[in-house]
Amino acid sequence: MSTLIDLPIAELIKKIRKKEILSVDLITEAYDRIEATEPSTNAFITIVDRDTALENATAIDARSDLASLKLPGIPYVMKDAYLTRGVRTTAASKILDDFVPPYSATVHKRLKDAGAILIGKMNMDAWGHGASTENTDYGPAMNPWDLTRSAGGSGGGPAAAIAMRYASFGIGEDTGGSIRNPAAWNNITAMKVTYGRVSRYGAIAYASSLDTMGPTAKTSEDCALVLEVIAGHDPYDATSSAEPVPQYFDALGSSIKGKKIAVPTEFFTGLDPQIDALIRAARITLESLGAIVTDVSLPMLEYGVPMYYILAPSETSSNLSRYDGIRFGSGRDLFTNESKRRIMTGTYALSSGYYDAYYKKAQRARTLLRDAYTKTLTEFDAILSPVTPMMPTKPGVLLDDPVRNMMADLYTGLINIIGLPSLAIPCGFTKDNLPVGMQLIGGMFSESKLFAIGHAYQQATSWHTNKPPTLKE
Amino acid sequence: MSSTKPITKTDIAHIAKLANLPITEKQTEALTSQVGVTVEYVSKLQSLPTDGVEETSQVTGLENVFREDAIDTTRMFTQEEALANAKRTHNGYFVVDAVLEEK
Repeated sequence: MSTLIDLPIAELIKKIRKKEILSVDLITEAYDRIEATEPSTNAFITIVDRDTALENATAIDARSDLASLKLPGIPYVMKDAYLTRGVRTTAASKILDDFVPPYSATVHKRLKDAGAILIGKMNMDAWGHGASTENTDYGPAMNPWDLTRSAGGSGGGPAAAIAMRYASFGIGEDTGGSIRNPAAWNNITAMKVTYGRVSRYGAIAYASSLDTMGPTAKTSEDCALVLEVIAGHDPYDATSSAEPVPQYFDALGSSIKGKKIAVPTEFFTGLDPQIDALIRAARITLESLGAIVTDVSLPMLEYGVPMYYILAPSETSSNLSRYDGIRFGSGRDLFTNESKRRIMTGTYALSSGYYDAYYKKAQRARTLLRDAYTKTLTEFDAILSPVTPMMPTKPGVLLDDPVRNMMADLYTGLINIIGLPSLAIPCGFTKDNLPVGMQLIGGMFSESKLFAIGHAYQQATSWHTNKPPTLKE
Repeated sequence: MSSTKPITKTDIAHIAKLANLPITEKQTEALTSQVGVTVEYVSKLQSLPTDGVEETSQVTGLENVFREDAIDTTRMFTQEEALANAKRTHNGYFVVDAVLEEK
């Protein structure tokens, strides 16, 4: 059954501007579906009250300047890591169970100013600590494609919500794969942006030198449209870039003929054969569209996870030290075991006598990693990579096994370490009908190029239009 | 630095104190093994030669980002807003546990 939320965001905007449909229709559709199917995925931590959302939509519908709003009346969800003034924000931790932020994240403010309608704050691994939305105090988020499996993480909630067509787009936070991993496992598209491209102001920090804020939606086209609204310099985030924001949407149509794409052979050693086969098939599609795809050697993959699991826990041990239960939130005894493990690993790596061997060593390795990728990306427009080395997992598989949990970030964590943008897009299904994604990684601030390649691929394929079994009637 | 010595329960208790994390005896045991496994895994990095390589702490290329030293009234909380999420307040102040002891 086709629904309004299946339509591209650009088409919805046109219809709303022409008054062919109302924002109220869209919001009603979203809430009807949520009420009919939740808590099957447990994607939400907090659902914005239906009447409030409808009031906001009615206010948009009544405006006479719809042409000046970039996302008039479009429903969206946010990972619960973003401060939303007056709407509870938990980071999926009981520590913030009753925290109602007195201010809003810049991303939230920009979306509100653009006319978008927030409908939910979504489930995630607490503080971003995980790859399966199991490390949450609000119950795990399950995968719409197989409700006995994980929705991925840490942003499992927003991803499941887009797959379930509860909203047109979601906003995630990617520190080591938290936008891309769940996108791959839910058959949706997501952009992990260049570090500094989108303001981090008002986003609950996991690891400050790795955290990036980005869009997730059904397609590359939808993500491009949303990124145009949220990207750009913010005086409240000193690490946000003053680099001008391109017209991502307008650049989508550009041909990918002659675009050079590198495929690192190391990335495919020991990879699950089904994921391997689907990415190889995607490579052939890209070649048929005129891209020049070449095998390359890109070393250091095996050092990505060790680097990530030194840098991220170190930074999180510092960031989470602010939760002292005095000004807001509850006590530190409420951190989950997984979060305690990360805080303690980081505290250890930063402690006297070990700092040089771990943190400093990782910062040096970071330079080498960046040099290796810069070299490849000077010769190529993008790198083609798997998103995750595994299929959506069953409960307990990752949470109870620290090493396996780290390995979930094999292809994603290292990209955050060097700040590059990466587009995750659906590239097929396993024999059990589980979705698989691929990544297109580009040079700093090359989002436009990645969107164009992703768009060309999605014009030639239809994976992204497949909906979870529960939505097929 | 070569391979590191294994993490003990005493180490974990010490780190927990540094990190201000209350942990139970049972958690200490689990964390000793889990933090140990994690640290052992990331120690793989020791095999990568990095002599003479400069450190990279951030990738923005930005340095010394300043702003005017001026009050931004749009970002000011009222006292009520600032205290709204605190569990313990008294006469418009946050309440904290005593940090000094009487002699």
